[in-house]
Amino acid sequence: MIEIRFHGRGGQGAVVASNILADAAFKEGKYVQAFPYFGVERRGAPVTSFTRIDKDPIKIKSQVYKPNYIVVLDPTLMNVTDVTSGLDKDGIVLINSDKYPKYYNLSFKTATVDATSIAIENKLGSRMAPIVNTSILGAFAKISGEVMLESIVLAIKESAPSKKEENIKAAKQAYEKTIM
Amino acid sequence: MVKKIMTGNIAAAWGARLSRAEVIAAYPITPQTIIVEKLAQFVSDGELKAEYLHVESEHSAMAACIAASQTGARTFTATSSQGLVLMHELLHWASGARAPIVMANVNRALAPPWSVWVEHTDMMSQRDTGWIQFYAESNQEVLDTTIMCYKLCEDKDIQLPAMIGLDAFYLSHTSEIVDIPDQEKVDKFLPKFEPAYPLDVENPLSIGSLSMPHQWYPEFRYKIQEAMERVIPKLNKIEEEFYKEFGRKYTGPLELYNTEDAEVVLIISGAATGTVKETVDILRKKGIKVGVIRLRMFRPFPSDYLVKALSKISFIGVIDRSFSFGHEGAIYSEIKASLYGLNAPLIKNFIVGMGGRDITTDTITKIYENCFSCLKNNKIDIPVEWIDIKV
Repeated sequence: MIEIRFHGRGGQGAVVASNILADAAFKEGKYVQAFPYFGVERRGAPVTSFTRIDKDPIKIKSQVYKPNYIVVLDPTLMNVTDVTSGLDKDGIVLINSDKYPKYYNLSFKTATVDATSIAIENKLGSRMAPIVNTSILGAFAKISGEVMLESIVLAIKESAPSKKEENIKAAKQAYEKTIM
Repeated sequence: MVKKIMTGNIAAAWGARLSRAEVIAAYPITPQTIIVEKLAQFVSDGELKAEYLHVESEHSAMAACIAASQTGARTFTATSSQGLVLMHELLHWASGARAPIVMANVNRALAPPWSVWVEHTDMMSQRDTGWIQFYAESNQEVLDTTIMCYKLCEDKDIQLPAMIGLDAFYLSHTSEIVDIPDQEKVDKFLPKFEPAYPLDVENPLSIGSLSMPHQWYPEFRYKIQEAMERVIPKLNKIEEEFYKEFGRKYTGPLELYNTEDAEVVLIISGAATGTVKETVDILRKKGIKVGVIRLRMFRPFPSDYLVKALSKISFIGVIDRSFSFGHEGAIYSEIKASLYGLNAPLIKNFIVGMGGRDITTDTITKIYENCFSCLKNNKIDIPVEWIDIKV
């Protein structure tokens, strides 16, 4: 079983990202589960969500404590949350950031993608509050190999309430621009 | 049929839609809101032909459902926690009036302190209202149980309301794969509701007027219990029919998992059962003989089924995600009572996961270890133990 933990802020689309990722893996014939851990939803507050992917039906219904991947949608969370808590020693951290991975000096394999710029360029959300979830998923497909970019695109096409083409373009751009 | 990933809330809304609910009266409350939003959308998009009533409280929602049900409309509502307890007065009325309302309740803890997370106290507190009570483990079960509940509740031999519990967040907001049955198949499985005594202006009658002590009150109550006693046999039949039509098997009031040769068996209800099953798999690989029984329904209480399932078990741990203050967990009380006078095994109560505290495989492993240690000493020092609390 593969477990992914998303760290974001309310409004960035972390919960939707965990769902789209699950849907993408489901389209590849896998069993999936996605769920949020949040309180009373507030824009800007730290949000955690999870995705599980397995070849067998998933029974467990607790939170994810030992993820294989960490996806950080907001780089400012790196200073306030212990985002790598419980991460598998061979796990990967993917950060939405305009910095190179080595900037974060983590003891885990680290990747970065400037999802914020990609989102703004594609007019996703506003300049002050860009929605970065679809960009970061394109990057996730690249660094993890757990799902194909085509499946992410298909899942976005089905679930994005608006700006389908822009979201798909953002995912594809992020796939190309991810640095690891 | 089409498979999709969806949350428990969406699955509940689909259950009502496929059952062709005709009147929906509901009030939104976290974490149930998405159920009523989705139903409102189905109605406004013309995908569900129902009267959608905006009401000012859960109490009014239930009042509207009772009246609508008595005219012969199939009714649905959904609530959670504070909303359910506000309905309490009218829950008694619904069963007393024999209105076969089906309700989804997102199991959530009661305030104070405020908590929007899972606990079963909201539904356990409605034990004596005359409602049939189910607790689901998966989103598929939420959808399927909604459809089956209408068939069960509207049956002339039953005519009682039912509530289906789905755990806050662990089901309500968790996406998993759900198979949406074909509408034609559901229509074939679930015929139109035909009440025995509908309210009809052409043929007036009154329901629920005064009954003097020498008149019929106790008989009305006795009849409810007679109907309750028919629920489980009827459910078994409906589940058999459901299996033939849709290919998904449900196992009546209990689900047994690796209990056959188990030394220690845990009994639990709700979504956390999945985590217990996962733990059973882990421990079984180490050769430890453990199993779990999931209590799918709390009312009517399946005493005979439990007695049979527990006949060869040495040790039982009962997990309650609720508590009856001044006493013990509600499921524990019921199971002890069911075993009274029999050659009962050792039985211990674990109070776990209140207010949504995460129940992990570590939590469950600890509970199994606790059970084995009691079994070894043939003695239980703490009959009711609270697990994973910071005191």
